[in-house]
Amino acid sequence: MTVISTTPDTSALTLTIVADLAAPPERAWQVWVDPRQLERWWGPPDWPATFVEHDVVVDGRSSYYMTGPDGEKARGWWRFVSIDEPHSLEFEDGFADDAGTPNPDMPTIRARVDLRATADGTRMTVTSRFATLEQMEQLVAMGMVEGMTGAMGQIDDLLVRV
Amino acid sequence: MVTRQAEREATDQIFGALSDATRRDIVTRVLRDEASVSTLARHYDMSFAAVQKHVAVLERAHLVTKRRRGREQIVSGEVTTIRTAARLLGEYEQIWRGRIDRIDEILAEPAEGAAP
Repeated sequence: MTVISTTPDTSALTLTIVADLAAPPERAWQVWVDPRQLERWWGPPDWPATFVEHDVVVDGRSSYYMTGPDGEKARGWWRFVSIDEPHSLEFEDGFADDAGTPNPDMPTIRARVDLRATADGTRMTVTSRFATLEQMEQLVAMGMVEGMTGAMGQIDDLLVRV
Repeated sequence: MVTRQAEREATDQIFGALSDATRRDIVTRVLRDEASVSTLARHYDMSFAAVQKHVAVLERAHLVTKRRRGREQIVSGEVTTIRTAARLLGEYEQIWRGRIDRIDEILAEPAEGAAP
């Protein structure tokens, strides 16, 4: 397990996760900006993500959908707020309707990613900030967490393949 | 997505209530140990009435409960409400644990022709 710490702040509604990655920041940066790599880890195993647009510039947008076990699609978008390759990335992450238009009634998370070089690789800090508890309720209701138990199986598959 | 209106209002109330630093501090104190409104008021540079109003906001959001004891109003923390927020953050944490596991797998792969 490479997660070093998780710090939930129930009154500020933030979750900060610190993880050590076995690769330099320049390589870790690629899992965020290369859509083919990003879509292999962003969605839970039974809700894989497909990024149809991924414009990593300030104010640039990403557009993606996750496909559920029954073929249903959950569409989302990102909007980049700040980019400092390969050190930090800040973006809004929200939901969209079937046409890909951002849905203002759905939760938007502000996420900040920091990548710092260490002796062995990269220390990644991800801070997620929610506006309201209601948004968190919605996220959980979206079934985003349904596939987590399946994650272990997917890792096994990858290990067999490598 | 089915959203129950009553639940939405309740959760909005919780976070409206927690958006104020004094109120967060009150919640923290009374979760630790119940306290009368007058005891709480001594900790803040504001009137008793102002503290009473903060407590009322927290009460409406079910973050604290208030009961009478003689002439005093005793405030205690409502642990279950705080737990709801904690549980949701915990579930979101699980999403990220899964993501980081998968990032690890990608980084462990030998670099292929797909390099940037």
